[in-house]
Amino acid sequence: MHPAPSLIAFTVLSGLGFGLLACLGLGLAPTERWTGTVFFALGFGLAGTGLLSSTLHLGHPERALKAFTQWRTSWLSREAWLACATLAVAGLYAALAVLAGLTVAPLGWLAAALCLVTVGATSMIYGQLRTVPRWHHWSTPALFVGFAVTGGILLAGQVTAAAVLLALLGVAQFLAWRAGDRRLAASGSTVATATGLGPRVRLFEPPHTGGNYLTHEMVFQVARRHATKLRSIALVVAFIAPAVLLMLPFSHALAAAAVVAHVAGMVLIRWLFFAEAEHVVGLYYGRPVG
Amino acid sequence: MTALPNRVERKLGLVIDLDTCVGCHACVTACKGWNTENYGAPLGDADAYGADPVGAFLNRIHSFEVTPDEGPAQVVHFPKSCLHCDDAPCVTVCPTGASYKRSEDGIVLVNESDCIGCGLCAWACPYGAREQDPVEKVMKKCTLCVDRIYNDNLPEVDRVPACVRTCPAGARHFGDLSDPDSDVSRLVAERDGMDLMPEQGTAPVNKYLPPRPKDAELDILAPLLEPVAETPRGLLGWLDRALEKL
Repeated sequence: MHPAPSLIAFTVLSGLGFGLLACLGLGLAPTERWTGTVFFALGFGLAGTGLLSSTLHLGHPERALKAFTQWRTSWLSREAWLACATLAVAGLYAALAVLAGLTVAPLGWLAAALCLVTVGATSMIYGQLRTVPRWHHWSTPALFVGFAVTGGILLAGQVTAAAVLLALLGVAQFLAWRAGDRRLAASGSTVATATGLGPRVRLFEPPHTGGNYLTHEMVFQVARRHATKLRSIALVVAFIAPAVLLMLPFSHALAAAAVVAHVAGMVLIRWLFFAEAEHVVGLYYGRPVG
Repeated sequence: MTALPNRVERKLGLVIDLDTCVGCHACVTACKGWNTENYGAPLGDADAYGADPVGAFLNRIHSFEVTPDEGPAQVVHFPKSCLHCDDAPCVTVCPTGASYKRSEDGIVLVNESDCIGCGLCAWACPYGAREQDPVEKVMKKCTLCVDRIYNDNLPEVDRVPACVRTCPAGARHFGDLSDPDSDVSRLVAERDGMDLMPEQGTAPVNKYLPPRPKDAELDILAPLLEPVAETPRGLLGWLDRALEKL
């Protein structure tokens, strides 16, 4: 799939923002006075920027409000509702905490739950697609929520917990990559089922010599060649480096470096998430699979 | 509403004969023409005369090489357009309600004024039947020529999709696939019509007729035509012998 920068920004930033807001809701970071204000501003800023960047992906962003109508069937619509509900509840919690110095714990728990459900809904936009076997698995929402929790804990400054979560998430991501590599072959979709023309069939001539929307959007192949190298770099930058930095004697500079490394690695991992995903329509365009 | 209808009264669709299709792309051109001039936003092209042209099409012809267990390889031309699936994943993922499946005839359509161009429907379709228009930035797909098939202003013979009307080989058939006695349903039954990617669970309405098995002897006239003049005579014969001696 085409790794659109707007979608990478959307999933990375909104995941981090909602992760941090969830931690604030659970009281894992200071919520009052100036420190609280800064944490809430960071959480809302990240989540808001992420949500806004998702509209850059649209052909008609001016009609984006229509995306709230189909929550009965569409995960994208559900995500829109959940994101707004989360921002509203977390906003009320933040306003009471910062302005009135009143931390309403149950409201915070509700906000935290909504944050994680919203990230889950975001992941289901991808996880629901049977056409992309690599994504169509419970590990897709699990990893998205895992990234949100880890990023949130890291931003909230829970040093020990963050180091442990980074290690666990790194292992989970590694296993998910390994399992994902086999999922297209296991999906049962082949050029034989796509064409019904028997086992020995190959594309002789594509419909046209140039590209089209489908090949640009869904038959993207750049990452395949360097997959192992990119994955190794991502594991080091996103998990190992920040975990090591956190285990050193604490300083704010090292913690900031850990955050920067984790976010940079996460951007690379999300780029790979899109770029490595094979869409079954590639079978009609002679892209070998499995 | 992007919920699928519980029940459709009819299942209008196409039956495409892979045995007959000659790969002329006339249906592609007819489709592009009709759907540029009629219902909805015109099918756009970007950089049409430039170095990297790209355009929206609702129908594309792939060609596949099929190697049977015995005998030479064959080329099968493979037209592909929206299959108007019973369980259309493109419809249910739509966040705005722009995509819908009609309960009266099962046609899957896009209400272009509601489409935000998010492209999720194209991602959800295993067949590549939906494309974003490069100019209008809305999702385009086969309408089964909904503006022809019910159009009383057209002569009756033209009230079929443009691709079907134009096909010079008669490889495309249009009809109601929910009626077991319709011409298309009988064709599917007689020729073992098949679904594309049935494992995707989309329950496509359009069916494909597989190529018929080819005769073992490909050229029935060959035995009747004995080879002529294996050894040349006359001037050619002298030349042949002279050259041989050199």
